Amino acid sequence: MNLWKRLMCYCRRRSPWLFHLNSGSCNGCDIEIVAALAPRYDAEQLGVRLEGSPRHADILCVTGPVTRNAVCAIKTVYGQVCGPKAVVAIGSCPATTNVFIDSRTLDGPLGKHIPVDVFVPGCPPRPDAIIEGVAKAAQILAERGDEVPEVITAAEVQA
Amino acid sequence: MSYEIPMGPYHPGLEEPYKLNMICEGETVKDAKLHIGFNFRGIEHLAETRNYIQVIALMERVCGICSFIHTLTLCQAMEKLTGLTPPPRAQYIRVIMGELERLHSHVLWAGIAAKLMGFKTMFMTCFEIREKVMDVLQAISGNRVNYAMNRIGGVNRDIQDPLSILAMVEALENEMTRTIIPIFTTSKTATSRCAGIGVLTTERARSLGVVGPVARASGIGQDLRKEAPYAAYAEMDFSVPVVPDGDVRARLLVRALEIMESCKILRQALAKLPPGEIAPPGDSSKFSFVTGTATARVEAPRGEVMYSVSWKEGARMPSRVHVRTPTYVNMPAVRFMVQGARLADTPLIQAAVDPCYSCTDR
Repeated sequence: MNLWKRLMCYCRRRSPWLFHLNSGSCNGCDIEIVAALAPRYDAEQLGVRLEGSPRHADILCVTGPVTRNAVCAIKTVYGQVCGPKAVVAIGSCPATTNVFIDSRTLDGPLGKHIPVDVFVPGCPPRPDAIIEGVAKAAQILAERGDEVPEVITAAEVQA
Repeated sequence: MSYEIPMGPYHPGLEEPYKLNMICEGETVKDAKLHIGFNFRGIEHLAETRNYIQVIALMERVCGICSFIHTLTLCQAMEKLTGLTPPPRAQYIRVIMGELERLHSHVLWAGIAAKLMGFKTMFMTCFEIREKVMDVLQAISGNRVNYAMNRIGGVNRDIQDPLSILAMVEALENEMTRTIIPIFTTSKTATSRCAGIGVLTTERARSLGVVGPVARASGIGQDLRKEAPYAAYAEMDFSVPVVPDGDVRARLLVRALEIMESCKILRQALAKLPPGEIAPPGDSSKFSFVTGTATARVEAPRGEVMYSVSWKEGARMPSRVHVRTPTYVNMPAVRFMVQGARLADTPLIQAAVDPCYSCTDR
């Protein structure tokens, strides 16, 4: 690995920008993500920032048990995040669909649609757990380097 | 010539997925169309497949902001069908949890409103203070969001040491009176951004049947805690703030005043907490229901929540659970609030209703 690539890896690890996608969550996890960015837990000390556009983000934070209405959006947004990218599934819902299991309006869990790198369990997870998950994802992002796990590209799904 | 601007469903200005199509002429909004259903998890149908213990855990996850209110309303409806009455101590603990939830919800709303005004410092301050409310909630229930406090006929956890909680509540009240209330009631930055936008007149509010702080900010003084007291609200002394203006500033004022009223109720409830049991004696896993339909109404932070629960005698699962949430009735009012508003004001106007789509879509 040459010096330039090592520098890039370091930068990626130190400034993971998040895009938050609510795929039918109950708001519990979403509010805890905001709480993790607020002064008490202060995720910004790790360089974490919540971004408004998936094209500016490195890490996709998905909450919720993936409703049928959200599947298309999840695939589109995953395609829009520029590589290298990592996906953090926040809460028990994206991992297992939680208490909503057997619901006919769900098409979960999240792993069916996009590759997930880090699962943060809990209903909802505590903000410190969310920060740990994001830090792990940032490490994965740095190790991944320039390789892009192209499962779904932006061209395949409707942008 | 008018054109349509779609906002959402996954938009940085929105906290939750829903779609607002704005029909604009220049910068002025002429009309708006609302599309919901992106959060639809089919909870009402799922509730019919869960037994009376599981259904409480399921309904707790209708909404992560007012999770206590949802289980409280469900348990009150189920208590009507089982004939159980919660002991006085449980009633007081329900009031305390309900008011703490109102506090954290209003402070959260204040933070999000401040962010949409472009007042990021205030957003951070609100969330810092909200963490202190979360500390009190965690001290009582052991969890930050889904508290699992309610059961049929009472509550699951006792408040061991009301005096230490009272000290925390007093510290909280000082913090609120020192920072949040003055900024939202007197600060020029906040008030000039909110005054006169998103007006909902009293007549319009009445015809749309809006509830909660939106109704109280339009001059309709309705509050279930006063009009149909549940739990131990009948024994509490508090007032219902009503502001007649109907604009976003009025909604801000109503919520700021409600924060103070909530602190007042909390202090009374913690000081008067009666001794005794927190749940009726006997097996806590066996209940017998009568055939029928029971409804319960509770004043959630956003307005009135109603549950209608139907049961058949001898069944373990409900035959129907229907939920009516405050956002469902408040959101149609947004159409009238944004008519004639500037496009840049619409995120703040829709946020002033304090919408919660997890509740609405279920």
